[in-house]
Amino acid sequence: MSDRRPGLRRRDVLAVGLVLATALVITSLVISRRPAAAGADQQARGRELYLTGCVSCHGVKGEGVVGPDGRRRGPSLQTSGEAGAYYYLSTGRMPLGSSDEQPRRKKRAYEGADLDALVAYVASLGTGPKAPIVHLAGADLAKGGELYRANCQACHSASGSGGALSYGRAAPSLHSAQPREIAAAMRAGPGQMPVFSSREIGGRDLDAVVRYVQYLRTPRDPGGLPIGRIGPIPEGFVAWSIGMVALLAIVAWIGTRMPIRREVEVPDQPGEGSP
Amino acid sequence: MSRTTRARRAKREPVGRWIDDRLGVAKLARTALNKVFPDHWSFMIGELGLYSFVILVLTGAYLTFFFRASTTEVTYAGSYDALRGVRMTEAYRSALDISFDVRAGLLMRQIHHWAALLFLASIVVHLGRVFFTGAFRRPREINWMVGVTLLILAIFNGFAGYSLLDDQLSGTGLRIAYSIALSIPVAGTWITSLLFGGEFPGPDIINRLYVIHILIIPAIITVLLTVHLAIVVRHKHTQFPGPGRREDNVVGERMWPTYAAKATGLFFLTAAVVCFLGGVFQINPIWIYGPFDAAQVSSASQPDWYMGWLDGALRIMPGWEIRAFGFEIPNPFFPGVLLAGLTFGLLFAWPFLEARVTGDHGEHHIDDRPRQRPVRTALGVATIAFYVILFLGAGADVLSTTFGLSVNSVLWTFRFAVFVAPVVAGSVTYRLCRELCRRDGLPMASKVSWGEIPSRLLGRHRPPDASPHPAEPDEPMPTHDELV
Ligand code: HEC
Ligand code: HEC
Repeated sequence: MSDRRPGLRRRDVLAVGLVLATALVITSLVISRRPAAAGADQQARGRELYLTGCVSCHGVKGEGVVGPDGRRRGPSLQTSGEAGAYYYLSTGRMPLGSSDEQPRRKKRAYEGADLDALVAYVASLGTGPKAPIVHLAGADLAKGGELYRANCQACHSASGSGGALSYGRAAPSLHSAQPREIAAAMRAGPGQMPVFSSREIGGRDLDAVVRYVQYLRTPRDPGGLPIGRIGPIPEGFVAWSIGMVALLAIVAWIGTRMPIRREVEVPDQPGEGSP
Repeated sequence: MSRTTRARRAKREPVGRWIDDRLGVAKLARTALNKVFPDHWSFMIGELGLYSFVILVLTGAYLTFFFRASTTEVTYAGSYDALRGVRMTEAYRSALDISFDVRAGLLMRQIHHWAALLFLASIVVHLGRVFFTGAFRRPREINWMVGVTLLILAIFNGFAGYSLLDDQLSGTGLRIAYSIALSIPVAGTWITSLLFGGEFPGPDIINRLYVIHILIIPAIITVLLTVHLAIVVRHKHTQFPGPGRREDNVVGERMWPTYAAKATGLFFLTAAVVCFLGGVFQINPIWIYGPFDAAQVSSASQPDWYMGWLDGALRIMPGWEIRAFGFEIPNPFFPGVLLAGLTFGLLFAWPFLEARVTGDHGEHHIDDRPRQRPVRTALGVATIAFYVILFLGAGADVLSTTFGLSVNSVLWTFRFAVFVAPVVAGSVTYRLCRELCRRDGLPMASKVSWGEIPSRLLGRHRPPDASPHPAEPDEPMPTHDELV
């Protein structure tokens, strides 16, 4: 520090420091207070929602319910974790109307704070995977593509439009999934989908896959109208129903123009000598 | 006339004469220009195939400037973001470059692919026309076989071209081809190692397919097409029955000028349709499928439509393992090798089989109307139904997702339909033909009873009268064991 204006400088620094310190203490006090209160609120809210919406099929402690007829109403949630809860709730799959229904993407039944509360509550019922937060900025698209083709396209198809699995089940289209839903799906492994744990696809790889799945909604896709992008069957269909029909119509049109003059040719028969 | 005056006069001669003096082609040209084409529109369907082939060669030549048939590993650095930095073969990279970085490359690729689909479709429709009108009968059996050979070559070349790109989908197709080839008893291993240069995927397959695709098969197709057309000129066209039309003449329009104008117009309109498809409908977006990796399969991978029936047969075939002669015959053998062999074997042999069964070995230049040959027409329609069902079977998984059904129940439906649909389609056609004939008061072909067919096929049947006479239009309905 220079010796020319030492007093002035030191006093200024002290004053600023003091103000900052006070502000910091006050804010940290406020902040540290809120979560505790909010946490309790959220817990209560989550429990309330759970007991009204889910308990009939999943039981009070999330242990699962078997009906009096011996049929399972709903499975245990104690290993679903935050990922499972987030996946099933954010995609609107839960609550189910009836236990026989196949879970499908629907409009969410819970939004915003209610959704967070319920997810946190279900997660607190047992131990299970967390629903990771994804950071799409800077995620490696090409790497994501490779991981997607290696792990996901067998069921969801190369373009993410979904595909059939055995026995009437199908892997859904990925075109409406939100980033965190995709991450949660990978960690939870819903239905016939395998679990992709953080050891298999972790950290930036997860971000990369999510980015690629998002990219598949509006990929760079030159060449005209995409006809299904699910392989050559629709292409063959277009070839026949548009191409061949047009060509035959043209042939019929040209071929039925009346000639100016009909001609008759009497050919020499093959095998009767020179051409 | 002295030498000098002749030379001086030659100077003022028109080009045509000049050429004729040297090559003596005037007579040939005159014959060609005066050739008469029958004026039924269906005789132009074959030309669609010819013109698609011309377009295939033109666009294909453009693509060869940029395509590299090599399995060398490279890292992609082109303009498609979602694959940048990915390791892939040079073949796939050059296909991406054609799609994204070569001027008009994608358009050419798409036109080439659509033209291939329409080439095959035209051949099939043309074949149908020749079959249903009986235009394959003596003396045209050889040309029929040339045509069937062309169909096989076209299918094979389409498959080869499709497989060159080395994307995920084409690799899946190649894998199926590999397993079919491998399933051939005894020779399988040898054939696959010759073609693939080793275990699947094999280092040489792209290379070899490329030479086959751009040189060998197109050359054979060109030669056979020339032969096909030359034989048509030699035989003259067949024609439908009508006033003034006899077995020994052709009624229609001359090559020049009428037919030449029509044919030129048809060429440009064919080109227009193919270019329209290529410009408006995306086909085979390889960048979505990604580079081939033997460990991966996409759920909805089917081949192009003309291979679809084979793929469908592979899917529909129950997973039986059959042992014969001490060999384990791999499952793909039956749908893959046996079905294809039977299909094309029967196609080749049809003119001879039919002649044997009907005992009609005479020359024919007047076409049948399909309704006048109820049995042939019914068999043809039944065959079409059979292959359409197989083709739909290739899309079993797409159908099951689209309509929310289970794949297995869809497959079982197809296993039934593949036998039921041909029978239904055939008998409906048979009835229809007979009704139409009766309504129009047309004569129908003479009858052959079912019991006679085997002996006729074996050539042991001695008909009392070799030339069949048309049945009377008002004769009573045949009983069940009679074939018309
Ligand atoms: C009508 C009964 C029913 C109701 C109500 C219901 N569920 Fe479910 N739940 C099911 C069934 C059945 C499954 C199994 C679905 C499957 O995968 O086939 C399930 C699965 C789940 C799973 C995944 C379990 C796993 O395997 O990890 C979660 C998480 C879940 N439900 C949460 C909820 C929550 C939270 C609610 C309340 C909003 C709820 N469910 C309401 C029937 C119900
Ligand atoms: C074995 C097949 C299979 C594989 C492999 C698979 N999934 Fe799934 N996926 C499914 C099925 C089945 C569902 C529907 C589960 C249900 O019942 O909710 C699903 C659902 C999803 C959903 C929810 C879609 C929505 O919008 O409702 C997402 C997102 C998803 N998968 C992403 C992925 C990703 C990313 C991968 C690769 C890392 C992957 N899946 C691999 C079968 C699979």
